[in-house]
Amino acid sequence: MSAIEEGFVLKEHLPALIVVVPMVVAAAVAMTRNNRVAWAASTIVTWALFVFSAMLLAEVTNVGEISYSLGGWPPPYGIEYRVDIVNALILMLVSGIGAVVMPYALRAVDKDIHAGMHPWFYCTYLLCLCGLLGMTVTGDAFNIFVFMEISSLATYVLIALGRRREALLSAYQYLVMGTIGATLYVIGVGLLYIVTGSLNLSDIAGRLGPAMSDHSRSVMAGIAFIFTGLSLKLALFPLHFWLPNAYAFAPSFATIFLAATATKVAIYVFLRLYFSVFGAAISFSQFPVVEVILVLSLAAIFTASFLAIYEDSIVRMLAYSSVAQIGYITLGVAIANKAGLTGSIVHLVNHGLMKALLFAAVGAIIFRVGTDKLSKISGLGFKMPVTTAAFVVGGLSIIGVPSTVGFVSKWYLGVGAVNAGLWPVTLAIMVSSLLAVLYIGRVIEVVYFNPVCERCVKVKEPPLSMLAPIILLAIATVYFGLDTSFTGDIAIKAAEQLLEGLKQ
Amino acid sequence: MKFEAIFRVVAKILIPLIVLFAFYVHFHGDFSPGGGFQAGVMIAAAAILYAVVFGVDEAQSILSQRAVAFLAPFGVLLYAAVGLCALLSGKNFLDYTVLAHHSKHAHHIGILLIEIGVIITVSCTMIAIFYAFVDRSR
Repeated sequence: MSAIEEGFVLKEHLPALIVVVPMVVAAAVAMTRNNRVAWAASTIVTWALFVFSAMLLAEVTNVGEISYSLGGWPPPYGIEYRVDIVNALILMLVSGIGAVVMPYALRAVDKDIHAGMHPWFYCTYLLCLCGLLGMTVTGDAFNIFVFMEISSLATYVLIALGRRREALLSAYQYLVMGTIGATLYVIGVGLLYIVTGSLNLSDIAGRLGPAMSDHSRSVMAGIAFIFTGLSLKLALFPLHFWLPNAYAFAPSFATIFLAATATKVAIYVFLRLYFSVFGAAISFSQFPVVEVILVLSLAAIFTASFLAIYEDSIVRMLAYSSVAQIGYITLGVAIANKAGLTGSIVHLVNHGLMKALLFAAVGAIIFRVGTDKLSKISGLGFKMPVTTAAFVVGGLSIIGVPSTVGFVSKWYLGVGAVNAGLWPVTLAIMVSSLLAVLYIGRVIEVVYFNPVCERCVKVKEPPLSMLAPIILLAIATVYFGLDTSFTGDIAIKAAEQLLEGLKQ
Repeated sequence: MKFEAIFRVVAKILIPLIVLFAFYVHFHGDFSPGGGFQAGVMIAAAAILYAVVFGVDEAQSILSQRAVAFLAPFGVLLYAAVGLCALLSGKNFLDYTVLAHHSKHAHHIGILLIEIGVIITVSCTMIAIFYAFVDRSR
């Protein structure tokens, strides 16, 4: 027996622990009756997962890909967890956002959730986190489906726990749409399993090319099912209808966490399958895949931005803005050169950061004022200066103002489009930023340039436990906008790795 | 259904048989179709039949809502504990070989243990859903 196999070494088992720890603690939290204990346990676990993710990222950047075979069954027979620079970054994003906003949950959940339900709320949050991290870390097509279901089911519960009655309806809407998406995905996986005989992603990538010559119809049908299913999950236009309601009526902590992480993980799975599996096995050039993604992305950016402009509720406005931002991310997939894909990946992270910031700020406004209607919060900038200032930072980042993270991603996307010879796309990115100016500008006008409304006269800043995460996220939004050596460099490496396998 | 003698008698005969069949499905799960999921649903069906015939209060005096809410996550913990056993002895998560000297024997024990976790969680979750629905109408 080698030295590695004797005794427990934390570093060896990080890929498994990142899924096992939140699941175990979720079960333990469900057993407690104490709200504070449940919160504390969830916070500690989320921070531990953040540390684990950082360790994994350090390991992959220094040493290279990590492969972990669950139960000791070697891949491709057993389930393989595979960490490379692409998903290590996503792990950092998901656990990092969770870690930063956990202090926020303390007061927000007190207000949003009935007192007896707190342990269950934190239990479902941890299960959701477990599912999202599992989807990211696994290298097995069916395992992705299992974790997708874990995270989705937890998400439906999180949304349904919202105080307003509409929360139930929107959770139900999302349940129907999400189940259709997951079903389409698993049908696609089934078809690919029939023709390749494998569920391991890298194994499928190797077997799909030969299988294509005999079973091109089943392979194409499988790929179509998988992409349609994932597009529902990641809310790609026009499959985004579940998203605005789901975000609007969920408890504010759930909105922050889900908006910043859930769709991002679905996009990661999309990227992984598109580039590392299908793109590596089959040449997409004979099918209009790129054109379809390009058109849908641009449609998402413009339609959703227009809808955002006419929305009175800030949460719904931000939800539509999320649909538009997802359009930017998929735009980089369609551009499919190094700069474009770097833009996609960096925007995954950056959009997670700024949407967490914006939803946290609006959550704080709802916490104090009781509404997120633009018509009822005029002059709030003088009563909640820090929160609104943080919102403005996030808003500027959505617009893409230099020195915020939004600029970095749009820069890469623009450069990518120019390199690919898609000048109209570059122009579209700029014009769409002007739409963002309109919907963010409306909020800025109302909170700073209108007289203080009656409702807001006695309002003050939210408690420190809510304010601190907001400030931290605002600082991160500016910091990663100025210093791109962390996010940018990793995104470039990740893009290189994804493009490496792509068959022309 | 206080006076439905036939119901009560038939249920009294059926419930042990359902539970017995559930355990048959459970313990044969490692080498024939079946396992903790199916068996868990059957056990829940037996409990629900009991509650329907003898009344929910009677059922809850045997298996209270608190007990169900405790046991459902407990099954998950049992499952995970088996995996963590392997982890703590330096093997990969859920590597059953640490549980006994002989690999085949170890896998048998491992699958049985995690399936016990599954049966507890599945049956208690089903019963919890049933209790939740019943509570709404009261």
